[in-house]
Amino acid sequence: MPREDFENNLKVVQDELIQLSSMVEKAVFKSIDALRNRDINASQQVIDDDDAIDEKQQDIEDKCIELIALEAPMAGDLRVIISVMMMATELERIGDYAEGIGKISLAMGDLPPLKPLIDIPRMSDLATDMLRRSTEAFINRDTALATSVRDDDDVVDELYHQVYRELLTFMMADPSTIQRATYLIWVAHDLERVADRTTNMSERVIWLVTGQNPD
Amino acid sequence: MADSTVISVKGLNVYYEDFQAVKDVDMEIKRESVTALIGPSGCGKSTYLRCLNRMNDLIMGASIQGEVLFENRNIYDSNVDATEIRSRIGMVFQKPNPFPKSIYQNIAFGLKVNGFSGDMEEAVEKSLKQAALWDEVKDRLNDSAFTLSGGQQQRLCIARALAVEPEVILMDEPASALDPIATLAIEDLVRELKTDYTIVIVTHNMQQAARVSDETAFFMVGEDRSGYLVEQDDTQKIFTNPTHQRTEEYITGRFS
Repeated sequence: MPREDFENNLKVVQDELIQLSSMVEKAVFKSIDALRNRDINASQQVIDDDDAIDEKQQDIEDKCIELIALEAPMAGDLRVIISVMMMATELERIGDYAEGIGKISLAMGDLPPLKPLIDIPRMSDLATDMLRRSTEAFINRDTALATSVRDDDDVVDELYHQVYRELLTFMMADPSTIQRATYLIWVAHDLERVADRTTNMSERVIWLVTGQNPD
Repeated sequence: MADSTVISVKGLNVYYEDFQAVKDVDMEIKRESVTALIGPSGCGKSTYLRCLNRMNDLIMGASIQGEVLFENRNIYDSNVDATEIRSRIGMVFQKPNPFPKSIYQNIAFGLKVNGFSGDMEEAVEKSLKQAALWDEVKDRLNDSAFTLSGGQQQRLCIARALAVEPEVILMDEPASALDPIATLAIEDLVRELKTDYTIVIVTHNMQQAARVSDETAFFMVGEDRSGYLVEQDDTQKIFTNPTHQRTEEYITGRFS
């Protein structure tokens, strides 16, 4: 087979991207789970684990740059490498949001819970599901699945506004809730950004497959 | 034929005796742009290039069908003078082939043959400047052309082609015999020349096609060993997202 070595290296970076996606998905899930259970240790773990995500992203980027420099990839190969690099960057940022949620959780410390968390875990479930699907769309080069991820971004946005309005009401009714409510708005905002970044990933998949940027 | 088109090829078939080397090519070549012809060995791209200024007339057994319209006139019409066509559509070859004469005479010779009656020194200087060679040779114009490096010789050949003020320049692998630095100098030159000339360049080096050309045409060889045009498109499109699977396979090196 022509360019066997290149083919192998191309597969390696894609496999690593899938691994990175799985690490990041777990980080987001754990950050919300720890927040909900008020588990400070688990939150700290999410923060500590972010280093591994950063390293993985850097490693993928280095490998992609090396492939571009040494193999002069063209057309579909070029789009694969660029997509992997761009998607790895998105994933690294999503990891940072999970880390941010971990830090908010630590900052909340032993403040009494403001309210049971309902919409925030829903946002998290949806955002991690979007992340899973955009990775699956990448693996299977599935533009229809990637498009469905884009559509779900609107749902996350709506949930975010709903959370925001609800917490604003809490704050107006009782200023002593401002600190706790603000923390939760930050969490919701981070999750909204997770969904945005995931949407970018799915758009990248569409470009990878078609060579065209989606509208 | 659109105004932007300088050469329009219609249904071109090329034969060497019974063997069909190029099959049914249609192509529009845009004015003042660089069109690169790429494809595997034996795909007929050089043969095709030579048809664009009737160089194939000089090859025994070569014959063509179809039309090559240059400024709306079929260059294969019986009343067309092939020499005149070749002075308007110049050619630069793979291996630098200066005449065994001085640098100056290499440029002046073609002008004399074409009955040039103006200021010869001025014309020589102008061509050498256009070919980005003047500064390197202005103090040694009477030295033999063979004292120049390979890259300089190739630029001299380009200067020689430019001297007769052609409209189109055909280049057949003009940098394949040169080192990387000399190659980049030729590529810079090609990019500069396209402001005044139309350039068609055959290259095996896909990076070169990507670097210098505005449009790229990909040729393939069929099962009957005839070459054919697979697709022609903007160079950016060909190298990021070609339309045809065959092009993708070739430029990503998965061609077998």
